[in-house]
Formats: sequence, C-alpha cells, structure tokens
Amino acid sequence: MPGLLSGLLLLPLVGAALILLFREESEANLRNIRFIALWTTIITFALSLAAWSKFDPGSPSFQLVESYPWISDQIRFRLGVDGFSMPFVVLTAFLMPFCILASWESITKRVREYMVCFLVLETLMIGVFAALDLIAFYVFFEAGLIPMFLIIGVWGGKRRIYAAFKFFLYTLLGSVLMLLAVLAMYWNAGTTDIAVLLKHQFPSSMQTWLWLAFFASLAVKMPMWPVHTWLPDAHVEAPTAGSVILAGILLKMGGYGFIRFSLPMFPEASAYFAPFVYALSVIAIIYTSLVAMMQEDVKKLIAYSSVAHMGFVTMGLFTMTPQGVQGAMFQMVSHGIVSGALFLCVGVVYDRLHTREIAAYGGLVQRMPLYAVAFMVFTMANVGLPGTSGFIGEFLTLLGAFRANPWVAFFATTGVILSACYALWLYARMIFGVIDKPALTSIMDLNRREQVILAPLVVLTIYYGVRPGPILDAFAASTDHLVKSYQAALALTNTALLTVQ
Amino acid sequence: MYQAIVFLPLIGFLIAGLFGRLIGARPSEIVTTSFLAVSAVLSWVAFFTFDAPGGMMRIQIAQWMQAGDLVVDWAFRIDRLTLVMLVVVNTVSALVHVYSIGYMHEDPSRPRFFAYLSLFTFAMLTLVTSDNLVQMFFGWEGVGLASYLLIGFWYEKKSARDAAMKAFIVNRVGDFGFALGIFLVFVLFGSVAFDAIFPRVGELQQATFRFIGFEWNALTLACLLLFMGAMGKSAQFLLHTWLPDAMEGPTPVSALIHAATMVTAGVFMVARLSPIFEWSPTALSVVVIIGAITAFFAATVGLVQNDIKRVIAYSTCSQLGYMFVALGVGAYSAGIFHLFTHAFFKALLFLGSGSVIHAMHHEQDMRKMGGLRKYIPFTAAMMTIGTLALTGFPFTAGYFSKDAIIETAFASHRFGAATAFVLLVVAAGMTSFYSWRLYFMTFEGAPRWAGGGHGHDHHHADAHAVHGDEHAHHGHDDHGHDHKPHESPQTMLIPLGLLAIGALLAGFVFKDGFIGERFDAFWAGALYIAKDNHILHEMHEVPGWVKLSPFVMMVAGFLVAYWFYMLRPELPKRLAESQPLLYRFLLNKWYFDELYDVLFVRPARWLGTFLWKKGDGAVIDGLGPDGVSARVIDVTNRVVRLQTGYVYHYAFAMLLGVAALVTWSMFGGAH
Repeated sequence: MPGLLSGLLLLPLVGAALILLFREESEANLRNIRFIALWTTIITFALSLAAWSKFDPGSPSFQLVESYPWISDQIRFRLGVDGFSMPFVVLTAFLMPFCILASWESITKRVREYMVCFLVLETLMIGVFAALDLIAFYVFFEAGLIPMFLIIGVWGGKRRIYAAFKFFLYTLLGSVLMLLAVLAMYWNAGTTDIAVLLKHQFPSSMQTWLWLAFFASLAVKMPMWPVHTWLPDAHVEAPTAGSVILAGILLKMGGYGFIRFSLPMFPEASAYFAPFVYALSVIAIIYTSLVAMMQEDVKKLIAYSSVAHMGFVTMGLFTMTPQGVQGAMFQMVSHGIVSGALFLCVGVVYDRLHTREIAAYGGLVQRMPLYAVAFMVFTMANVGLPGTSGFIGEFLTLLGAFRANPWVAFFATTGVILSACYALWLYARMIFGVIDKPALTSIMDLNRREQVILAPLVVLTIYYGVRPGPILDAFAASTDHLVKSYQAALALTNTALLTVQ
Repeated sequence: MYQAIVFLPLIGFLIAGLFGRLIGARPSEIVTTSFLAVSAVLSWVAFFTFDAPGGMMRIQIAQWMQAGDLVVDWAFRIDRLTLVMLVVVNTVSALVHVYSIGYMHEDPSRPRFFAYLSLFTFAMLTLVTSDNLVQMFFGWEGVGLASYLLIGFWYEKKSARDAAMKAFIVNRVGDFGFALGIFLVFVLFGSVAFDAIFPRVGELQQATFRFIGFEWNALTLACLLLFMGAMGKSAQFLLHTWLPDAMEGPTPVSALIHAATMVTAGVFMVARLSPIFEWSPTALSVVVIIGAITAFFAATVGLVQNDIKRVIAYSTCSQLGYMFVALGVGAYSAGIFHLFTHAFFKALLFLGSGSVIHAMHHEQDMRKMGGLRKYIPFTAAMMTIGTLALTGFPFTAGYFSKDAIIETAFASHRFGAATAFVLLVVAAGMTSFYSWRLYFMTFEGAPRWAGGGHGHDHHHADAHAVHGDEHAHHGHDDHGHDHKPHESPQTMLIPLGLLAIGALLAGFVFKDGFIGERFDAFWAGALYIAKDNHILHEMHEVPGWVKLSPFVMMVAGFLVAYWFYMLRPELPKRLAESQPLLYRFLLNKWYFDELYDVLFVRPARWLGTFLWKKGDGAVIDGLGPDGVSARVIDVTNRVVRLQTGYVYHYAFAMLLGVAALVTWSMFGGAH
C-alpha cells in the first residue's frame, strides 16, 4: 500500500506519462499538455499539504516512513521525512505550479519534452528530500541534474552549452567523491539506512575523509565560494522556470545534505572544519556581494546575491546553535520563495524585451506600477528588511554566529550593508527614473497570469516575515535533537580523549 | 485603545496603498488623514489618562518568532516615554497629513504619497511602542524603508533617487552596529525583551566580552554598538551625510520624518535603554562627545547654506546633537523634553518653509527670495514664532528645553561634558544667526525674485537647472511665474497655527513634568536614573552666567544676522570673499561627501569589478572549469564529432554511472 510520500513521487510521473501520450504538437494539444502539467503540479502540491497536515512537528523522528524491497536486504527503498526535509518537500511542490505558469507563453518549442522534464525533475527533487536510504538519496541527488542539464541545454539562452558544461564539470568531481564516501559508509556501517546511520558512530579518522568527500559535492551545490562560478552562468542561460528551480530547490540540496549527513553523522569533523566553513561563508557574503554590485546583467546580479545568501546558510548551520541552524533552515525556505520570485520578476520583463541588460531598462514604474510594487517587496526581502521573510533567516543565522564566534558575525553582518547597496541600486536603475528608451514606451504591466503568479509570493514573503512560526516550528524539534546529539557526540570524544591521556 | 493607535495608520496605508487607484485621490486622503486624526486624539487621551500600576503596561499582540531560547514577541510596552513619543508622532503626523492635502494638491500620485505617510507612521509607532529590541529593529528599518520611499517619491529625478539610496545605505551602516548590539545583548542576557534585560543589567557591570580582538567591558560594548544605530538614524557626526540630501523629498516629508519623528528615534532609543546606558559612563561620554561635535559641526555648515530646506536640515542635525548631549550627561528627561518641544517648532519651521516654497512656485534658493512678509504675512508670522522657539527666546518652547541641556552640560562631571558645554553655547549663537539669516533673507529686505521689481531674465531656468525644482515634471508653467507670491490654502495654514501654539506653549506647560518638580510622578520610572545621578538638581545650581549664556548668544546671533542681512547686506559676500577657504569648507559641508566617496564608494566599486573580472573570471574560472574544459573540448572534439551539444552526452554518462553504481551495489551488497 503506497503511502503519501510515494504518492508524491509517483504523481508527477503519471502526469509526465499522460503528456507523453500526445504525439503531435497541435495548438489544442499544446493547451492540453500545459494544463495537464499545471494540474499535476497543483495536485502534487495539495498532496504535499496533506502530508504536512499528517506531519507532527513536535517529534524529531522520521515520519510517514515507507520501506520497499530494493537492491538487497540492507539497501531497501526507504522513504520518510522529518522536520528538516518536510518543509523542502512542500517548498518543491509549491514552486512547481509557478514554474509551469511562468513557462506558459515563453516556451514555444518542444513544449511536451519541456513539461516532461519539469515533472520528472519534481519527482527527483522530492525524492532527494524524502529518501531515507543513502543510495536512493544519491541516485535522486545525481539524477536530478539530468533534467536540469536538459532544461538549460535545450531551452536556455545563447551560451547554454557553456553553462551546462560548467555546471557538469563542477558537479562531476564532487559526485565521484561523494559516491566513494557513500560506499565507504556502507562498508563501515553495514547499512545504507539513513535512520540507522544517524545513530552510527564513525571512527574519527574516517569522519574527516567522509566529511571532505561530502563537502566536495555539497559545496558545489550550495554553491560556496570559490566553487560558485557555475551558478551565475547557469542562471543566466536557464529559462525563467529553470532559474526558479535552480535557486529555489537545487541550491537547497547542498544545505540539506549538510544538515542530513555532515553535521549529524560526522560531528567531530564538522566541529574541526567549522572555522574553515565560516571563512568560506564570510568570504562568500562579502566577495559575492561586492561582485553583485557591479553586474550589468539582472540575472547575474540575482545569482551572485544568491551565493551571498547561501553564505548565511552555511555559516548558520555550522554554528550548531539552535538559532543558527533554524535560521539557516528558514533562510533556505525563504530564499526559495524570494529568489524564485525575483527570477520570475526578471522573466516578466525578459518576456517583453528579451534582454537581461540592466541598462536596457529604467523608469518601469511609470508603465508597470504593479510590477514595481512586487519587485519592491522582493527586493526588500532580499535586503533582509524586518517584516519580510528574508529578515528572519539572516537575523537568526547572524545571532547564532555571534554566539559561536563574534568575528564571523562581525564580518558577515557587513552583508546587510552590501546587500542594500546592490539591491537598491538595481531597483533604482530598473524601476525608478524616466522612460527614455523607445522599446519601453509601450511596455505593459503585469497581465492576469503574471498577477496570479506573483501575488501569492508577495503575500507569503510578508506573511512569513511577520509570522514565521509555521516554518520555524516545523524544524524546531529536529534542530533541538540535532544540536543535543551533536554536543553529546563531541562531549563523548572529549572524555574519550581525556581518558586516553 | 493602544491597538487602535498603532494599527489605524496601518489600515489607512493598506486602503490607500491597495485601493488608492480604485477609490481616487480624495478618498485616499480623507481615509488616511482621518485615521491619523483619530490616532492623534487617542494618543492625547492616553497621555492624560494613563495610570497603570508601576507606571508600565505590557500588551501582547502575538508571538513573532521562537528559535531555541530566543523568543521575540509582537508586544507593546506602554509607559510615559512611549506616551510622549505617541503624542509627538501622531500629532505631527496628523498635521502633516492635513497639510499635505494642500501642499500636494497638484501631484498625480497622491494616494501613493498618503499611503507612504501612513506606512511611515505605523512603522514609527511600532518602534516607539516596542517591548523588545527586535521589534524596535523592525520599526527602525521600517521607518528607514518609508523614508527611502518618500525621499525618492519623485523618482523621475536622479537627485531624489540617489538621496533615497544614500539615506537607506547610510542608515544600514548604523543598523550594522544596532544588529551586532542586539546579538551581544542576547548573548549577555539570554533575552531581547526589555522586561527581562533591565532588572539584570547591574549584575553584568564588571562583565567583559572579547570582540574584534579587544577585551571590552560588555555593557560599554553593547551600548556603543547600539549607539551606532542611533547615530545613523539620528544623523550624528560621521553618519550625518544622508540627512541634508534627504531634503529632496517633498517638504511635508521633511517636516514629519526628517525633523520631528524618525530622526529622533536614536534619541528615543538611548532614553529607552537608559537602564543599560546608565551603567556605562564610557559609552555615555561617547554619546556626549558625538552629540556635541554634531551640534557644533552642523551649526557651522548651516551658517552658509542657501537652500531654505538645507538650512533647517542642518539645524535639525545640530539640535539632535543637543539632545544626545543631554542623554550623555544622564539628563535623559531633558533630552526627551527637547525632542518633544523640537518636534513642534521644527515641524513648524519646515511646514512654514514649505508654505514659502509653495508661494514661490517651488523656488528653494533663499537668494531668490526676500520681502515676502508683505505677500504671505501669516506664514511669516508663523516662521517668526518657529524661529523664536528654535533660538530659545524666553518662555517659548526651546527656551526651556535647550537652556536646560546647556545647564546640565555645565553641571555634569562626565568626561567631555565641559567641552560639550562650550560647543553647545557657541552652537547656540550660530543657531540664532542662521535662523534669523533665514528669516531676513526670506521675508525681509528687497524682493529678489522675478516679478519682484528686479530683472527677470533667466532666473527660473537657472533655478531648474541648478537647484532641481521640486516639481520639475509637473509643468509649472501653467501657473505663470509673474504672479505675485500667494498665501497658502487653509489646509496648510491651520496645521501651521496649531504647531505654533505648541512651539509657544509646549515648554512652559510641560516643563514641570519633564524636568521639574513633578518629575517622579510624571515619568513613573520610565527612565532609569542611577542613585548617584543628581544632574537634574545640579543643573539648578549652576552659576548665573551659565544660565545667561544661551540668552546672550541668542541676542548676539540675532544682532549679527540683523547687521549682515538688514543693515549691510553686502557684508556677507565680502566676508566670504575674504575667507575663501573657510567659506568653501563650510559650503561643502566639511567635504564629507567627497571624503566618503574616496574612502568607501570608489574602493568598493573597484573591488567589486576586480573580484568579478580577476577573481571569478581569471583565477577561479581560468584555473578551474575553463582551463579544464579547454583541454576536454580538445579531446572530445577529436573523439566525438557530434554537433548536438554536450548536454546529452553528460546526461547519458551520468545515467551510465548511476546504472553502473546500482549494478555494482547489487553484487557488492550481497557479499
């Protein structure tokens, strides 16, 4: 009897299969394809909400667990969610309908394949967050790249091949190392069941190597400085919906990997490497903010700001304080909404003018007041203004960092100044001013479809800024559990060291 | 009732903001203004009827966030300090709303304007009612946003956009310190709620904290970091550069945000946190010194400015410095008292200058005014009252509050207080000079405007080009510039009249409560005063010459201004020519903008470009993916001659890899 989670995995595939039934791309068929894709994602989202309603946030253990025979007795296909994964499952399902809607008019060639790609991608991404088996996780984790490659490579911009290639090159190295680590873990623990691995204690020397191997892969996904340079190119070339998923979900896999594997399974190595991660995070925040400031391409600017925001996440996670971890988790969810929304905003004007040059715009507020309002809300969330969801994550991670290491917090907090610089300057250049370019004189404000896309995101951005409780509570119990067992593990090694001495 | 006071402006904002275009400008104005009026009336009712046991009342609205042991609530803390701020904010805001109906009557975006005004008021109210540091930070940045939106209200003008951005970013520099201060307070006390922090401050008097390589007294460090936020918001020396530029916003905005309310948030913050600051003499000394320097510095710059609004802006900056000196010497109530009276007379001066600007068809350069008293007598009378109050003419509002500050500065034994006293007295003289200079240049003497009997030639075009006419885009030419200056409509004059009453009476009526005999009954513990802090008594025992000194300086300033601008109008020019270096130094505001440009703006941009092109481009990509890919492409081109792109191959390779892994695991897993 398949449960809710396997239902979430299967539903998009069913939709994809239905779409594949259409052979030719006539007008009527295209319409049907789009609607099937839309309804599939909406129903999936509804199902994810049902799963959330069944989910008990008060418990740190895995819930909605399912287990099926798979490769062997030890390697079963296990599904389950806890406080760290549930929000991402919902976030994935939530963003998908927006992606389909955003592609409604802008994708005209190979619509069938495009929609199938997205639906398959949805299954794989939900799989990453719902998998409770290391092998299954790895398969989902890597396989998710394929549809993303295709989306960038087939429906992307002019330099799509270069971007996809760069993406691949970065990911490849990390993947190989992570695979080795996965195998090593299996040999050491005798199982790939994540729930069991979480209780398993890996030998100290092994932890270091496992941590580094996982780090190689996760840091690229995150992306952390200095392996971030694939992201701006991938974003720039990806179609709007691709950017939304890239920023909204794929980047979160890195953070999720840290909190699922590195921190709980290799606590000693995590503590050992924490200063290293802090350093990279702080560099990411300052460095990429400065770079973002000088960008001339809207999407690149937002991509660089994503790297900076992910710096807050890695910093928060490795403080291993309740505020840092919860803040990092919240930052990921919030960034999923806000950066997704920002890319959707860019898509709106890109569809009209087909350029990403900031200089090509200016004075949009005069013709597009609704757009200006939505863009302002997301800009402010990007800046981390209190009252938007962007503030909560930044504030909590910085607070956690201050507890762990005031130096880190001191440098990272300069990010609040720099983010104001690049975000407001972007806004001033694109939205404010007078319309003096002929191409802009007849530009139209948001149409009905675009309003439907952006309105809920505006509402959520503000709602979660004022009432972050529903999200924060979802991972409160898991965070508490994680921090406690982490500290217990460290205390254990310390006492062990003392007895040896 | 307090919920209504705080949330009515929010509702007004939502109605005007969301449906403004639907319901039209007039209904938007009526809704926001009447909501604000109700809030203002309720604030006064609360002010006079407040009688909570213990002098403090807490109203929980909802929980904001909880993470580990951090709990942040949406809650109001109502005590006398809050009530003073509620009265100030809502009164000025309501009057500015009314005034704006007249002032903005020809602007097409009025619903937006009124929505922003109400949004600002809401944010300011959450700031002053907050019961914890994080909610205060919410209001703090919220008013920053509203200020950004209102300074940039005429977004067509580049100068307005730049000024808006500058205001937001400079404030963010202050907020950088504020945020770190909040973190430190949380680490020290395990809470951000005032109720939990204040009773425990004494325990930490000797605590130290290691920060950026130094061992600090923990409380001093917390105070200094928080004070950095106050410096940004209240435009204190070093972080003051945004305030004069903020005058790009419509004049009612300057009156509300950049004179009476938002810029005083820093003063409010220090007073609110008096239970912490009072334990750190070092931090208080810094407050005194920064305040005194600001008071003096801004006054010097105010001496030579020609834009009527900029003169008043520098005056605001300077008066905020006075308030900080009072806070720093431990006379918190004197600082708040000056905040209270200053709100009335400074709003009056700004709105009065708005009336002048309105009369002059949006001319702001005082060199092109003169002789206006005959044409706009009511405005002139109101400006006279404002000037008297600002300069501290006996028995006006400023007389009570400003002189009290100067006396406390003399009486205090705090490090830096003696210097502060001297600087403040000198600044008082300069205040008087520039205030009367403004008055004489605007209202007296011979008219220097077109149609005023002097050459018309190209003056208006100049004004446009050089000074950026406020309404440049609205095509003022329909008005006809040869018309005589005209008195403003009733909606503008009535607020002026009401504020003038405040400017005359606020000091006399309330001085006993704020700083006099009824101190204890009035404040009821809202401000923390250490046991050995007797500054309010000591200030009465200062020598007679000290009490007299501000009055003497005021008269001197008036006489010099009268001599310069009424008797010998050619003198100022001669003086400027004889001291060109000093004149340029003051006119260019001590060259702070240029200095910051060289120190921060340019290096940041250079570094951004450098890191992007060299760091990301040459080093990371060059050594990493591009270098590798160049080799790979060489190879693959020879091996595979397919033009379909690489993506499919990689996808295929990945799939193969996954398949291989699974296969391998099946065998490997069975062992």
